[in-house]
Amino acid sequence: MIFNIEYETMPREALESIQLRRLQATLSRAYATVPFYRSNFDKTGIKPGDIQSLSDLKHIPFTRKQDLRDNYPFGMFAVPMDNVVRIHASSGTTGQPTVVGYTARDISTWAELMARALTAGGATRDDIIHNAYGYGLFTGGLGIHYGAEKLGASVIPVSGGNTRRQVIIMKDFGPSILTATPSYSLHLAEAAEEMGVSFRDLKFRFGIFGAEPWSENMRKEIEDKLNLKAVDIYGLSEVIGPGVSVECHEAQKGLHLFEDHFIPEIIDPETEEPLPYGETGELVITSITKEAFPVIRYRTRDITSLNPEPCICGRTMVRMTKISGRTDDMLIIRGVNVFPSQIESVLMEIDGVEPHYQLEVDRKDNLDTLTVRVEISDKTFSDEVKELQRLSDTIESNIKETLGVSATVKLAEPKTIARSEGKAARVIDRRKL
Amino acid sequence: MQAQQISIFLENKAGRLSEVTKILAEAGVNIRALALADTSDFGVLRLIVDDNAKAEDALKKGGFTVKKTPVVAALVNDRPGGLHGILDLLTKAGVNVEYMYAFVAQSGNNAIMIFRFDKIDEAVAVLSASGVEIIDENRLYTM
Repeated sequence: MIFNIEYETMPREALESIQLRRLQATLSRAYATVPFYRSNFDKTGIKPGDIQSLSDLKHIPFTRKQDLRDNYPFGMFAVPMDNVVRIHASSGTTGQPTVVGYTARDISTWAELMARALTAGGATRDDIIHNAYGYGLFTGGLGIHYGAEKLGASVIPVSGGNTRRQVIIMKDFGPSILTATPSYSLHLAEAAEEMGVSFRDLKFRFGIFGAEPWSENMRKEIEDKLNLKAVDIYGLSEVIGPGVSVECHEAQKGLHLFEDHFIPEIIDPETEEPLPYGETGELVITSITKEAFPVIRYRTRDITSLNPEPCICGRTMVRMTKISGRTDDMLIIRGVNVFPSQIESVLMEIDGVEPHYQLEVDRKDNLDTLTVRVEISDKTFSDEVKELQRLSDTIESNIKETLGVSATVKLAEPKTIARSEGKAARVIDRRKL
Repeated sequence: MQAQQISIFLENKAGRLSEVTKILAEAGVNIRALALADTSDFGVLRLIVDDNAKAEDALKKGGFTVKKTPVVAALVNDRPGGLHGILDLLTKAGVNVEYMYAFVAQSGNNAIMIFRFDKIDEAVAVLSASGVEIIDENRLYTM
């Protein structure tokens, strides 16, 4: 099934003419209303009116996550606050998340995109959707929710956590679609097994999983353990949230990117030059319909490639391959974005702690775990165990408070953590994605 | 009337303790008393040695975090109630014992206990006033 046949199956030529028109309008508005975009354009001498074709897009300067942070909290908003009806935020550096806003029309656009995405993932208005994405500042929960309502399905806003209760709801309410992070879906499967509930007896048909990278092997495992067909959904709050692209359940081969709302590019992250279809590089996205928070050539840091070949599902929208990595050192732990630099700033705020640390990421019982090894220093060392315990407790609670992710702190002997070998040595990611 | 204890941070990894004893052996340092406090992840090794400067130097060169902590070595009557008598005095004076451990050697009919107090000066005053013998550090290291 296709939610919006007119747009999702539009011939490429017609699609591109809509894209150009919407791009030009977005650029003019961003230039007129957002000081960052105006000065960014002016620096390169480009005026919005210079963009006469889609291929001119490459002349426009990029927007980076740091630019969003520099304009914290509302500096990138392109409409006055009285037109903003919703604010979301993603985790960011200490005290400085990335804040995004939505007008009423943006919310309706997002709901449309999520209705398309849920439909591509197999959902219909007859389905009951068990939505285990977190509700709150995170875009996952509410994004799915509005899409489900737009589609006309019945949505259970169960949010994250309280896993045993979730299993009971799955058993008693009989939902047929599961939306969750892939790792949480496997955690649900284990909890169900412990409670003597078999997914074979549940009514799930499809699962729509995203917010963290996952592999084909993980798909097999999820499909086997949860007895459903699993599709991948992609999005990021800076662009809109979930619903930027999604796999169709018919092919499960690449994520259709909704090009009537976003223009994707793949660039070489080193040279910053655009790459042709089929080549792997960094995904860059320009929003062309968003009002409150337009993003122009936004560097997602996600690595993928684009495939314009027609799909068996009938959609004409270009497909991106599953995200295979990041061009920066961002980690996604249980759906939360974590930069090693954030951990570092938490450590540096504690008196006497030196910035010698290592992050160990693992996946135990299908949940991501983060262990932070921190070297003890002359200043932090105490002959009393309780003082050392207090130090590691303080670090743990500060990390939880600042980043919203639980970590286990292990105090390490001095000079046991490798120095100055670049970011690779900082992070040991043992998850097999 | 204080003695110095050497405290060392150890990760709970095979061979770490023997690394310490090896360094001390090679430096010709004799361990007079020892206590290990541990958690699942790390431990703190506390040592009374015959030569603090030499021990500290050798351990630091060996990459260990070393800290000197003032402790009190007191004679405890080696009979029922001997330790209790001392702790009772301290409790009444409002002094806390952070930790304590026994010294290897004995002195006549007395055991020697190493105490780490929260208020070391008050502890020493209370004990001395009550006739508890505190062992001078130079004597302790060579006992």
